[in-house]
Amino acid sequence: MDTVAIPDITNYDVQAIRSFFPVLKRAVHNRPLIYFDNAATSQKPQEVIDALSNYYENYNANIHRGIHTLAEEATGAYEDTRKTVQQFINAATTEEIIFTRGTTESINLVAYTWGRKNIAAGDEIIISEMEHHSNIVPWQILCEEKNAVLKVIPVSDAGEVSLNDFQNLLSTKTKLVSIVHASNSLGTINPVEEIIRLAHTQGAVVLIDGAQSAVHLDIDVQKMDCDFFAFSGHKVYGPTGIGILYGKKHLLEKMPVFMGGGEMIKEVTFEKTTFNELPYKYEAGTPNIADTIALHTALQFLKKTGRKKIREHEKQLVAHATSSLLKMDGLKIIGTSQNKVSLVSFVIDGIHPQDIGVLLDNQGIAVRTGHHCTQPLMKRYNIPGTVRASFGMYNTLEEVDQLIIALQKAIKMLR
Amino acid sequence: MNTTTTLRQAEEQIVENFSLFDDWESKYEYLIDLGKKLKPLEDQYKLEENIIKGCQSTVWLVSWFENGKVIFKADSDAVIVKGLVSMLIEVLSNRTPQEILDAKMDFIKEIGMMSHLAQTRSNGLLAMIKQMKNYALAYKAAN
Repeated sequence: MDTVAIPDITNYDVQAIRSFFPVLKRAVHNRPLIYFDNAATSQKPQEVIDALSNYYENYNANIHRGIHTLAEEATGAYEDTRKTVQQFINAATTEEIIFTRGTTESINLVAYTWGRKNIAAGDEIIISEMEHHSNIVPWQILCEEKNAVLKVIPVSDAGEVSLNDFQNLLSTKTKLVSIVHASNSLGTINPVEEIIRLAHTQGAVVLIDGAQSAVHLDIDVQKMDCDFFAFSGHKVYGPTGIGILYGKKHLLEKMPVFMGGGEMIKEVTFEKTTFNELPYKYEAGTPNIADTIALHTALQFLKKTGRKKIREHEKQLVAHATSSLLKMDGLKIIGTSQNKVSLVSFVIDGIHPQDIGVLLDNQGIAVRTGHHCTQPLMKRYNIPGTVRASFGMYNTLEEVDQLIIALQKAIKMLR
Repeated sequence: MNTTTTLRQAEEQIVENFSLFDDWESKYEYLIDLGKKLKPLEDQYKLEENIIKGCQSTVWLVSWFENGKVIFKADSDAVIVKGLVSMLIEVLSNRTPQEILDAKMDFIKEIGMMSHLAQTRSNGLLAMIKQMKNYALAYKAAN
């Protein structure tokens, strides 16, 4: 039901790209909005917004069991998204694509199903010091329940994990490695392929938290050879409330179900229920049909705009922001890896990140301040939080210059 | 903490002070200045139990009851929040529990920074007011 034409942008014309995002036309505190909080959520192109209303206006119906035309159209569009997602991450089959509410739910699904079945007393789970709370707490709960042990790969001053440290923790006791692909606080891209290869030599299963990477990097789950991969629709220019869990088919087949209800069953009697096949066995109840359908449009938009071109553009933004910020007195960048996605996290001597955030907002600039849901990482750097500017496909070098000017003003007011 | 001004007078004074400024920069500079001038809380009070939950920055609040009135002292590691804290102390400290419980805190709207200050819970303004009122309620019940 993809009736909306998505424009083909052959050359990277950032102004043309901006024109597709209605929210970028608005003002905040009488200044043109500069949106640098893309790592929290990206803005939506008109096409995605139209896909949502198009569904409700023209073919809203519950999916999979209706025999009428609307139900067939809705089912078709919903399953088209599964196919698009499969291609987006190069999964082997659509059966390996489970729809969830977001990355957090995807990780929890693995913890509550695969984890409960496969983790026993004394087993070890390895995560890293830079994990988002969503990739810490589900494993803590599981470890507590099963008397298993949570091990943490330390992060260096530059904001990187070392494979040596990882190997020191890795053993035949390791049953799971769950690690972030790109850090939401530091921007660091982790060497996941190597981590996966090493983990597999010890028989461990690997989950990759792709919340930050899916939008910026080419994802090929087969080449990466991860066992699970989780990401969210709203960070790839799609709607909120739709997330993806990829899992290798042989693992998904053997896992127990997550939630019981409609859709996920084959046959129900009061004595016994048999479950539906993949991927439906993990999708109980009426799913988030509209947002799932619109995710298809978002992924197409990303593809048409050109992922490589976007990545190159974002690299320019990060390089420009980094060199401009480093010229500022007392400013320190947190996360100085050479291999980063498009965000810059920083602190300024003697100034609380929140004060910076408030004064930037008053100048129309949206950044994120705080611990970014990575409190253990903030503790490691002994800081209350950072100011984080994260860039998307529609941001410009001029906006980065505006950030620097606004930052200078904020610092002057605060010192 | 002027003992001769009423709670409402203290509010009016703050509103008047802010009315001298017509752009956001001057208002914030004044707020930052208030924050810088607030006497820091002694380290002995900077305890986990005195931290107000729900703020992005750390806010410590302590209180005690003296001659029928509640005295507040507070501090924060963020200077704009400290400016807010300073205003709350000016208005609510050294008042009877009933005065604190009755306070409508209209001055926050009246200083014309409502959209900046109250719409986000991250600055903890509402959490601070709630905690101060909780103290007032507890002192009222105990005395």
